[in-house]
Amino acid sequence: MVRQQLLVLYSATSSPESEVGAWSLFDGTGRQSRMAGDSDKPPYPSVLAAMRDGWRVIQLPALSPAAPGTEHATAFLKYEFVLEKLVDA
Amino acid sequence: MAETHLLDSKQVAAFVADGYLRFDGLVPGPLSAAVLDELGAGGPPSSFGAAPGNPARAWPGRPLQGLFRDWPAVLALVELPAVAAIVESLLGPAPIYDHHYAHVIAAEQRWSQPWHADAIEDPRRTAFDIQLFFFPHETPREMGGTMILPGSHLRRINEASIARYQNFVGQAPMVCPAGSLLICHHGIWHCGQPNLTKLPRTMLKLRLGPGTRQHRMWNTADLDDPAIGAILSRDHRWYGHEVRLEIANRIRLWRALSGQPRFDVDYWLTRLENETADT
Repeated sequence: MVRQQLLVLYSATSSPESEVGAWSLFDGTGRQSRMAGDSDKPPYPSVLAAMRDGWRVIQLPALSPAAPGTEHATAFLKYEFVLEKLVDA
Repeated sequence: MAETHLLDSKQVAAFVADGYLRFDGLVPGPLSAAVLDELGAGGPPSSFGAAPGNPARAWPGRPLQGLFRDWPAVLALVELPAVAAIVESLLGPAPIYDHHYAHVIAAEQRWSQPWHADAIEDPRRTAFDIQLFFFPHETPREMGGTMILPGSHLRRINEASIARYQNFVGQAPMVCPAGSLLICHHGIWHCGQPNLTKLPRTMLKLRLGPGTRQHRMWNTADLDDPAIGAILSRDHRWYGHEVRLEIANRIRLWRALSGQPRFDVDYWLTRLENETADT
């Protein structure tokens, strides 16, 4: 059966070529169980590097202007790329 | 409070930029051991879940002074001049008790708490609470301890809404000797790390709020030190090109704390404040 692995990369800008600053991996095969704080180095330096290793991008971050009055508000990471691999498991 | 114990301006600026200050081995060994014993014996009771009629239920919102009088080790901890001076430097001379809890992570606990900030989203812009994370015993990496994300404190999120995130460039586990103290802005993103050892890990968390307007409560002799601008401009990298927004928000907080309404770094805010009355 084919199962999905999700790699979520948070980049410095909206470009998939920019530096990765945060990351998560969710493995639908059950082979890996990842958790908060379990690695110090990004798995790839950029989204593009992950693509070159076979990961398929399934979500690009939308670009939205700030609502008036919230131009300097910060909260979640803006540039979230979701990538997948489909693997036999 | 003698000014020699208070934080200086550069330390407070670092708190504004990073969201935390850490003091390794600040508390003497015998007192740290006494606190650990006192916590192990069940005290002082947390306001969370205290039985009806237990005085601790009424502690939140009251001045900290005197609340721990029946718990000599924890009382000595919060009244230690170095600790009391840090609290006064950030909250003023009469801090308000919010809550405390002794977090004990069992031996061989392999699960990490997800990233979160404590409590609900906080709309305050210039006031802030602090959380004291006290590590009474040595905490090596295989024991955890609490992992924090430097520079995350001004990002407004609600509790574990960030649980999808697993790792960040620059995340920092609190690996420390006994008697260490981590002082965090209430908004800091953090998570308790697994304890892979055969011993339980204990950390006392105490949240305190300001009893007065937070304005120049530290030793301000170095208030005009040019290093402050560089400290407020620190780049923690994980937020990418939003670093300039982070700096702008830190400048706003520093203006309020320092009583310098025109303070700026590299003209970031001043260029946005030149609208004339007729535009």
